[in-house]
Amino acid sequence: MSKYLLSSVTKIALVFTLMTYSLGCYAQSAQDQGLAIAKERKLRDMGWGDSTGDMSMILRNAQGDEVERKMRLKSLEITDDGDKGLTIFEQPLDVKGTVFLNFSHATKPDDQWMYLPKLSKVKRIRSRNKSGPFMGSEFAFEDMSSFEIEKYEFKVLRDETFEDQDSFVLEQVPTDKDSGYSKQIIWVDKKYYRALKIEFYDRKGSLLKTLVNYDFTLYLNKYWRALRVEMYNEQNGKSTELVTHQLDFNTGLTDRDFNKGTLKNVR
Amino acid sequence: MKNLISLLVFLPTLVLAEVEYSGSAALEQRYFFQDALYPQQERANLSVYFAPELYTSFNDGNDSLLFKGFYRFDQQDDARTHGDIRELKWIHSGEEWEVQTGISKVFWGQTESLHLVDIINQTDDVESIDGEDKLGQPMVAFSLFKDWGNTTVFVLPYFRERTFSGDDGRLRAPLAVDTDNPIYESEDEEKNIDWAIRWQHTLGDWEVGLSYFDGTSREPDFVLTTNELLEPSLRPFYPQIQQAGIDVLALLGGWTIKFEGIHRNVMEQDFTAFVGGFEYSFVGLFDSAYDVNWLMEYQYDNREDLSNVVAQNDLMVGSRLVFNDIDGTEILIGMVQDLDYSNVRSGFIEASSRINDNWKWRFDAWMFSSDEPADPSYLLRRDDYIQLNLEYYF
Repeated sequence: MSKYLLSSVTKIALVFTLMTYSLGCYAQSAQDQGLAIAKERKLRDMGWGDSTGDMSMILRNAQGDEVERKMRLKSLEITDDGDKGLTIFEQPLDVKGTVFLNFSHATKPDDQWMYLPKLSKVKRIRSRNKSGPFMGSEFAFEDMSSFEIEKYEFKVLRDETFEDQDSFVLEQVPTDKDSGYSKQIIWVDKKYYRALKIEFYDRKGSLLKTLVNYDFTLYLNKYWRALRVEMYNEQNGKSTELVTHQLDFNTGLTDRDFNKGTLKNVR
Repeated sequence: MKNLISLLVFLPTLVLAEVEYSGSAALEQRYFFQDALYPQQERANLSVYFAPELYTSFNDGNDSLLFKGFYRFDQQDDARTHGDIRELKWIHSGEEWEVQTGISKVFWGQTESLHLVDIINQTDDVESIDGEDKLGQPMVAFSLFKDWGNTTVFVLPYFRERTFSGDDGRLRAPLAVDTDNPIYESEDEEKNIDWAIRWQHTLGDWEVGLSYFDGTSREPDFVLTTNELLEPSLRPFYPQIQQAGIDVLALLGGWTIKFEGIHRNVMEQDFTAFVGGFEYSFVGLFDSAYDVNWLMEYQYDNREDLSNVVAQNDLMVGSRLVFNDIDGTEILIGMVQDLDYSNVRSGFIEASSRINDNWKWRFDAWMFSSDEPADPSYLLRRDDYIQLNLEYYF
C-alpha cells in the first residue's frame, strides 16, 4: 500500500514537473526531455506486482522456415531494483524443465542462474554475455531484462506519428559497455507512454534489429502489455515472434518463488 | 450401476489429466577402435534406454510427486542391462522450507572436469565414463531457505552400490568387479544410516557451498580374494568416511573461477583433494553468434594409496564451442594430461544438436593413452571409442 502511495505521489510530482516544462521551459535540453519521457514511461508501468504468462517464441529464418519454442514466464516487480524473472522451458522437449532465473539490476550486471534437470544442477551463468542470443532467437539476453532508467542515457530526437499514434522518438544509449548495442531508437506513444517500436544499432553503428510491439492489451486497468512482439534482424533476415497466449496478474508470487534452491520444483 | 461404470470409465482420465507424462529414450551405438584386452569383449555395442517421467502437484502446488524411471538394455554386457528408480519422491513446501521424502537426486559443486564434492548419489558407472549418471538415493531431506543461504540436512537410510561393467563389457579391470559380494566396514552394511548437511549461498558475484558427510563411502576400494569356487574375485569394499567439502564459483570480469576441495577421513587416515581452474568466454566470435569458452582445471589428490585415483596431479584443458543456433549445437573438446606420468593422457569430444522438437543426436569420443601400469587409466589403454546417440524426447 505504501509502495503504491509513494509511486502516486512521485507520479503527481513528475506530471506537474512535465506540465511546467511544457508550459514554458524552452531551454530544456533534448537530454532532459528524453529522461523525463523515459521516467514517465517507467512510472506508468509501476505497481503491477507480479505476473505469470504462457508464451511461444517463433523463430524464422530468411527462407521462412519456422520453429516454435514454448515457455512459461513468471515475473516479480522489485521497486528499488530491477525485476526478478523465471523462464521455464517447455519446448523443445530436450530442454523441458530447464529453468532460467534472472535478477535484473539497474546499474550492475544481472544475476542469472540456470537449472539443468539432467544433472539436477543449478549453474550460475555470466550475465556479461548479455549480447548473446536467447535460445537461438533474435532476442539477446539483454532484450529480456527489465527496463530500468539507469541502463541508458536518453535524448529526445523528434515527434513522429507511428501507425496513427502521436509519438516521441527517443535515442537511448546503453550505459553498460558490455551491451551489444551502440544505441537504440525508440518510438513512445504520447497517450500511454508505451514502447511501440525499437531500433537496435550494433556496436559499429549500423541498424541491426527492429522490434515492433503489437496487440496491446490493458491489464488491471493500468498496465499495457503487447501480446505479440516481433524482432526482425535487418542484417540476416531472420526474425523472432514472441506471442503471449495467457497473462495473469496478482498470481500470488513472492520472493521465495525466485529462489535458486527451489528451481527443481518449478513447473 | 450405470453411473458407477461411467465413473470407472472417466476416473482414469480424470486422474491422468492431472499427471504430466514425459521422458526420453535413446539408441546408442558404440564402436571401440582397438581389439579388446580380454577375450569376452567385443568391438561394437548397441544399447537402448527408456527413461519415463511422471509428475503431479496438489495442495496449490505446495505438494508434488515425481517419478523418474530408467531402464537400459545392452547388447553385450549383462551388467549394463539394468534398471533404476532415478527419483520417486514427495516434496512438501512451506513458506521458507521444504521436505523431500523418497528416492532423489541432488548435485553439489561447480567444477567441470571432476565432481569431488558431490557425494549424495552413487555413480551409475556403467552408464558413462564421465561419472555424471547417478543412481537414485533414498533420503529424507529438510531444506531451509533464508537470506543467509540455503541449508539442507539429509538423512540417507540406504546405500546404493556402484555399478561396474561385467565380464562381457569393456572399460573394466582384468577382472570384472564382483558386485554380488560387496564388503562393508559398517556392521549395518547397506543399511547404515548416513547423514549430510549442506549450506549454499550467493554473495554478489560469488557462489559458495560448504558440506559435510558422514557415512558409507560412495567410492569403493577393491579387495582381491577368491570366491566359493576358488576363482579370483575382485570385491568392492565400502568403508565409513567423514568428508568436509567446499565449492566456490566466482565471476571476475570475463573469467569464471571454479574450485572444489574435500578433506576425507577414511580408515583412520586423512587426505585432501581439490580441483580448481577457470573458464574464459569469448562472446560473439568474429562478429558471429558463436561463443567460445576456454576451460582449464588442475586436479590434485594426496591420498597415500593412489591405485584407484586417476586425478592425482592432472591438468584438464578444454574448449566449449556454442553455436547459439536454433538447434542448440554445442561441441566440447578436452584433454586431461597426467603431470606425474608424461605418457598418460586422455582426450574427449562431446557434440550434440537437435534434429527437431523430438529428436536429438549426440556424439561422444574418448581416447586413452597410457603406458603406465601404476596409473589406473592403464586399464583403459585399449578402450578408445566413439559413440553415437539418437535421442527421442516426449
